[in-house]
Amino acid sequence: MSAVMNSETKKTLTDPLVNNNPITLQVLGICSALAVTSQMSTSLIMAVALTAVTACSSAAISSIRNHIPSSIRIIVQMTIIASLVIVVDQVLKAFAYEVSKQLSVFVGLIITNCIVMGRAEAYAMKNPPMASFIDGIGNGLGYSLILIIVAFFRELFGSGKLLGIDVFTLTKDGGWYDPNGLMLLPPSAFFIIGIIIWVFRQWKPDQNEVPDFKIMDIAHGEGGHH
Amino acid sequence: MPNDKKLCKYLGPLCEKLDNCEHYQKFAKYRDKVLALNNDSLEKTISVALALCFVCAILVSFAAVALRPLQVENKAMDMKKNILEVAGLLQDDTDIHNAFAQQIEAKLVDVATGDYVDGDVVAYDQRKAAKDPALNVELSRGQDIAGIKRRAKIAKVYLVKDGDAIKSIILPVHGYGLWSTMYGFLALDADGQTVQSINFYDQAETPGLGGEVVNPNWRALWSGKKLYDESGQVALGLVKGVVDPAKPGAEYKVDGLAGATLTSVGVTNLVKYWMGQEGFAAYLDKIKTKG
Repeated sequence: MSAVMNSETKKTLTDPLVNNNPITLQVLGICSALAVTSQMSTSLIMAVALTAVTACSSAAISSIRNHIPSSIRIIVQMTIIASLVIVVDQVLKAFAYEVSKQLSVFVGLIITNCIVMGRAEAYAMKNPPMASFIDGIGNGLGYSLILIIVAFFRELFGSGKLLGIDVFTLTKDGGWYDPNGLMLLPPSAFFIIGIIIWVFRQWKPDQNEVPDFKIMDIAHGEGGHH
Repeated sequence: MPNDKKLCKYLGPLCEKLDNCEHYQKFAKYRDKVLALNNDSLEKTISVALALCFVCAILVSFAAVALRPLQVENKAMDMKKNILEVAGLLQDDTDIHNAFAQQIEAKLVDVATGDYVDGDVVAYDQRKAAKDPALNVELSRGQDIAGIKRRAKIAKVYLVKDGDAIKSIILPVHGYGLWSTMYGFLALDADGQTVQSINFYDQAETPGLGGEVVNPNWRALWSGKKLYDESGQVALGLVKGVVDPAKPGAEYKVDGLAGATLTSVGVTNLVKYWMGQEGFAAYLDKIKTKG
């Protein structure tokens, strides 16, 4: 596979990591990024589950794309995505029971994650199955990257741990670190995602959106009076 | 039929059988007709919708049915693990099935009278029973301090025995915290008064704050605490801050969870409810008098 991987495929796979990241540029999938990122372990499983669903649903939708009636195309996509999510949920319950308990409803909520629908509609409906599969993996990885960065900061500063292993000893256990309770609450993910978006756009200024309108400069504008 | 030729490569001899099958021929003919139709025609829309539903339904039901035994097994195993854990019988290398079968005895108890009742102990599901109008009691507002609305008439308790003597009584408890109903077990000494341990196996409180109800360090604080004061009222509960063990009454107090007032109140209330007159008080009385 890697031998035949041409530059086009590579671009489909790596573009969503930074240049066209689903969370930071497309601003999709924020809901679950808030919900599951208080611990690294749940974030990792969520990342794998979402990547699998996005890739498989994109491939499935793409393989029947020439026969999907446009009047029911959204519901056809939804049906495929929902079926795959149920299968993932059942597999987790059977083979990773502890994790499925922690993720509880969030696996089911992959259905409503805009990244999956977004890629189906924007890419899989127009491209062949293999490319769509790779696009799904790429976008899943882009989502995973942000999820893991957010979870890293939230778990480290919120509970002094990484993947459940003590990194900072907490004051209540006789250490020096007084944990930041805000980090464990969903709003902190907003701050971290905001900072990540800012860093990305400082690094790659072409990601900045063109403003819809310009605020008029009063000093030189019409009717400006002193 | 180009699709069929490709398929034939994989199916081999099965292909010939299919070719000779009259129903398959009809199906293939209809399929090719539909595939050739305009995507937006009514017939194609309906056919695609039906075919998709059919395929998805098969996929989903196959996954659900095929994985069901594993899931049931996981659930039962998890429950046994929780019970062994709260009884202090769980080590890293414990064989959960054997340890449970040898050391733990499950019993059904009529909560109101405190008597044992007969029934299929293994199959009885208290959480399901709590939702069944025939098997539950509705709680009035005054009674319902734990925020559970209704409870099963019959509870499933577990005993750890050493010969005939009871070593621990494990009682199922649950109550509402901040976000979720917290389900857990409370293990008591045979005196029905001293707490051995508590654990919560199903809760969705804020991770790191209320979610610390599962923290082993916090749970260790419960060991040796007393349930009832001299007047027989439930006195055990969580307090704000840290309990000073030197002060009188410390045996009725457990440190509250930092930053999780409502979860702490929820835990206090569920202990109050389940150990009180509405809960297991009658049962514990009977155990005490029997010795």
